[in-house]
Amino acid sequence: MGDIVVRNVSKTFEGGALHSKVVAVDNVSCEIAQGEFLCIIGPSGCGKTTLLHMLAGFTGPSSGDVVSDGKVVTQPGPERIVMFQEYGLFPWMTVAENIEFGLQAKGLPREERRRLVAHYVNLVGLTGFENRYPRHISGGMKQRVSIARALAPDPQAILMDEPFAALDSLTRDVMQEEILSIWGATKKTFVLITHNIDEAIFLGDRVLVMTHRPGRIKELLKIDLPRPRDASIRSSDRQFLQYREHLANSLRKEVRSFVDEESNTGHRG
Amino acid sequence: MARRAYFALVAIARGLEQWSLVISMIVLWELGVRFSWIDGNLFPPPSKIFQALIDLAKLGLLWKDVVASVWRVVIGFLIATVCAISLATLLARWRRLARYVMPIVEIIRPISVIAWIPIAILWFGLGDKPAWFIIFLGSFFPIFTNTYLGIRSVEPIHVQAAQCFGAGRLLFLRKVLLPSALPYILAGMRVGLGVGWMCVIAAELIAATSGLGYMIQTARVLIETEKVLAGMITIGVIGLGMNHLMLLLERKLTPWSHHAV
Repeated sequence: MGDIVVRNVSKTFEGGALHSKVVAVDNVSCEIAQGEFLCIIGPSGCGKTTLLHMLAGFTGPSSGDVVSDGKVVTQPGPERIVMFQEYGLFPWMTVAENIEFGLQAKGLPREERRRLVAHYVNLVGLTGFENRYPRHISGGMKQRVSIARALAPDPQAILMDEPFAALDSLTRDVMQEEILSIWGATKKTFVLITHNIDEAIFLGDRVLVMTHRPGRIKELLKIDLPRPRDASIRSSDRQFLQYREHLANSLRKEVRSFVDEESNTGHRG
Repeated sequence: MARRAYFALVAIARGLEQWSLVISMIVLWELGVRFSWIDGNLFPPPSKIFQALIDLAKLGLLWKDVVASVWRVVIGFLIATVCAISLATLLARWRRLARYVMPIVEIIRPISVIAWIPIAILWFGLGDKPAWFIIFLGSFFPIFTNTYLGIRSVEPIHVQAAQCFGAGRLLFLRKVLLPSALPYILAGMRVGLGVGWMCVIAAELIAATSGLGYMIQTARVLIETEKVLAGMITIGVIGLGMNHLMLLLERKLTPWSHHAV
């Protein structure tokens, strides 16, 4: 129940110079169990975001399919909420209105919406900031709004696209810990894209390493660290450091190929 | 209290300083006519224009013309706002329809509203209706163009967020698309109202028997130059007021955008 199954998924983008085809994702298969925390890691441009967008249903695979809860995903829906890079909050809505949006989309009555908004505002520690606009709160607080907004409609899965990329490293550490405790409390499926090795190990049940173009699964590493995980394991746990060493080696080759390609073509970003 | 008085004084001084050039020009003009450097028949001195304004106001004529003109603009502008926002939103979201409709819009847009006055009289006669029509045409395009741009400029990430929450069409329109475009729409409305205000005067010069445009036209025929200028100044001041009102509305309706504190 509630599993997301990715079956032989490929995605090819056509067009560009000389009508070349770019294979963004190549024959990816994996199963994400209900309640699992899966981290996807890989060099820039490896098709991580494309894969996430296919999980969400924003774009369909060129071949293969994504099955969520037994049904083939054909369009985005409130069972799989995406948390975007830079949060994707609506700047014209207050904190409370942002969180309420998904509940309105669900068609919940006003009283119910009020109650849920208050609950999630409290959960992410934003009491007192309900009526602020996103531009008047800090990056960390925007992140919390984004989490609350994603959780409020009670989805099965939350798909996060480099959620911490815009945060400073101190805030980032704190937010990782908060995400982890929220995940522990809600038991929803979390899929998180990152290119930070420590983040992937600290958060994930498994870490999916992707190759650089075409994006394939290089390995699926199970992280056997006991939960709840304490913040200190990032610097002191031997097992953690071994995982880090392993992933760093695994990724180095991929990043190398990415850098080489960049310097060959002069392409940036 | 003393602090407050001090700030009030500073504000007044600032205001005086800002308007000092205008004030000195008025003084020069007045003196120029008194000392016969300037022809007082073609350039009646400010004191005479001011007297004309007072006389018109006393007789209640000015007020009547102002109300007639403003009322026409309000009606023409509101119709234009509703039509322009609806059409622009529809076309911005339905590109296939836009392919066919846009050429029509682009052909009508460059036709000066003045050129519409003769046909407006033929269609609607004299009075309010041709004026509404002319104002509608003048206000429509700035609002249309801005709304279209605003709807096209909605961030893809906001569209995706709405999709992934499963928002229906109406919720998407009300809570995402229109608020996202609102700063553009309001800017277009401000320009549109300004153009509409210019249009009402043009229409009244020819196609009406009341309003500020009609008033200055009548004064011209009677060679009451100071009345013509008094009417023009009234037009300018009301235009300024309208612009300020729209800026106020922008601040009120888009508290999230950069004007807000």
